[in-house]
Amino acid sequence: MPADQTAHSPVAGVTSRWISAVSDVPAIWKILSLAILFAAWEIGGRTNFNWAFPTFLETMAALWEMIADGSMGAAYLRTLEPLVIGLVISLVIGVSAGVAMGLRKDAEWLTLPIFITMQAAPMAALIPLITFVYGIGLTSKVLAVVMLSMPVIAINSYKAVRNVPQSLVHMCHSFMGSRRQQILTVILPAASPMMFAGIRLGIAEGFSGVVLAELLITPTGIGDLITFNRSIAKFPHMYAAIFSIVALAVITVSLLHRLEVTLFRPEKRGA
Amino acid sequence: MTMTHPIPDPEDAAPVASAIIEVEGIHKIYNGAVTALENIHLEFNRGELTSLLGPSGCGKTTLLKILAGLLKPTSGEVRVNGKPVTGPGPERAFVFQDFALMPWATVLRNASYGLELQGVGKREREDRARHYVAEVGLAGFEDKYPHELSGGMRQRVGLARALAVNADVLMMDEPFSAVDEQTRRKFQEDLIRLREIEQKTFILVTHSIEEAVYLSDRIVLLSPRPGRVSQIVTPNIDRHGDPEAIRRNPEYLDLIDDIWAGLRDYVE
Ligand SMILES: Nc1ncnc2c1ncn2[C@@H]1O[C@H](COP(=O)(O)OP(=O)(O)O)[C@@H](O)[C@H]1O
Ligand SMILES: [Mg+2]
Repeated sequence: MPADQTAHSPVAGVTSRWISAVSDVPAIWKILSLAILFAAWEIGGRTNFNWAFPTFLETMAALWEMIADGSMGAAYLRTLEPLVIGLVISLVIGVSAGVAMGLRKDAEWLTLPIFITMQAAPMAALIPLITFVYGIGLTSKVLAVVMLSMPVIAINSYKAVRNVPQSLVHMCHSFMGSRRQQILTVILPAASPMMFAGIRLGIAEGFSGVVLAELLITPTGIGDLITFNRSIAKFPHMYAAIFSIVALAVITVSLLHRLEVTLFRPEKRGA
Repeated sequence: MTMTHPIPDPEDAAPVASAIIEVEGIHKIYNGAVTALENIHLEFNRGELTSLLGPSGCGKTTLLKILAGLLKPTSGEVRVNGKPVTGPGPERAFVFQDFALMPWATVLRNASYGLELQGVGKREREDRARHYVAEVGLAGFEDKYPHELSGGMRQRVGLARALAVNADVLMMDEPFSAVDEQTRRKFQEDLIRLREIEQKTFILVTHSIEEAVYLSDRIVLLSPRPGRVSQIVTPNIDRHGDPEAIRRNPEYLDLIDDIWAGLRDYVE
């Protein structure tokens, strides 16, 4: 049973595991636990246990201020650029490589070890190396996103194809389906729920990649808001920036999760 | 004692039971070690229902998959309508033990899937599938998904899918084993009725003696390890009229006892 579960549940990184755990919880519990979290934050801030820790309300006020003066919007425009480019690359290459590895032994032998290594490697340690090779521009940030999100997407696509029930494949063969029909009408549809779950986790990892890049390479976008406000000791603003990116990631992943259920799970839809 | 045979009646049908499938000297050895089938010679007659009966592990599924072209024999040959089998063919359709339905597709799409693979247009294949969905008793369920159906209903979808491609031979691997007893009995009775409308050759794998005797024109008994044909039995049971009456028919009950006596040696 546990072995079976790991075989069928998607491979996840730290960020994606946490975020998807959040997005799997029913709405009422989410609201309740958020309320408790924010209340605790407010109380914690008021006790002044740490001079740099603002209260929840101060943070929200700072958040509102940055949204109103446009600095938040401008920061996100910068941050989204490497994030979106990186995710598109990860999606295209990750899904194709994953499907190819699932379908063909030679592709599996050639490519799987690369993704497993990438998944296991500590990214924060590799970022200086990326910077050394590709400089401090957009390329390095895109690469950071790719290196975090692609392995999760590729490995889950691979596992998804591998987990397609053999009896469906035999069924297709027995009704004289060609290999092409087998892939298009059985394997890909059967694999897509798990593949999509992997994509959702990969996107969550991408968020963490872009923030890491903006903190460790050069401060731009949301990473700039965080470092700049820390340097001038505007801690409510710093926390507001962190809060906003976490919230954005959770909301994006939750929406993807909802889309996943409506798209692929007739048995979970409705009643 | 007068017995009316279901089909084909040798008295008035001129072409006496012609073989649609011939099996010649089939051996199947898995991984060079496990001999699953040894020297199988068999013929399956057109329009008859033949059961492959034997204890678990005697090679029934292996034989059926070889007939279906899903598995290659180690040696020997299978011919369908005189032509050697090299793979699945349009004259054969398979009903799977675990149903093998696509969970993301409706009953209608599942039932029409064989036709979809053949490139039949959407309108036509759905019309044909609708007909067979109704024939197996699922009218009104066309737009349901497999998870909304009971096990018995899912197997009916698998049967409709096999019927829709209009193959001459329907092969079923323990089609009733995954459903409960009441459903199984109902299904068996429906299969007898279906045979009156659909003139097809049926090959049924089962490990149930009752089921084999209840349904078959011929029963091929397989002995285990290595699987060999040990006996061929031709029940002569009138299947017209009340389906429940058959189960109390003394000839039906006697034959079950006979076969059981013959199989007992293998099981013990
Ligand atoms: N893919 C396989 N590889 C090795 N041995 C197999 C395989 N499939 C079946 N066998 C063996 O062949 C024998 C016959 O199997 P099978 O045809 O499934 O029997 P049945 O359907 O009558 O229960 C069994 O002993 C089984 O263990
Ligand atoms: Mg079997």
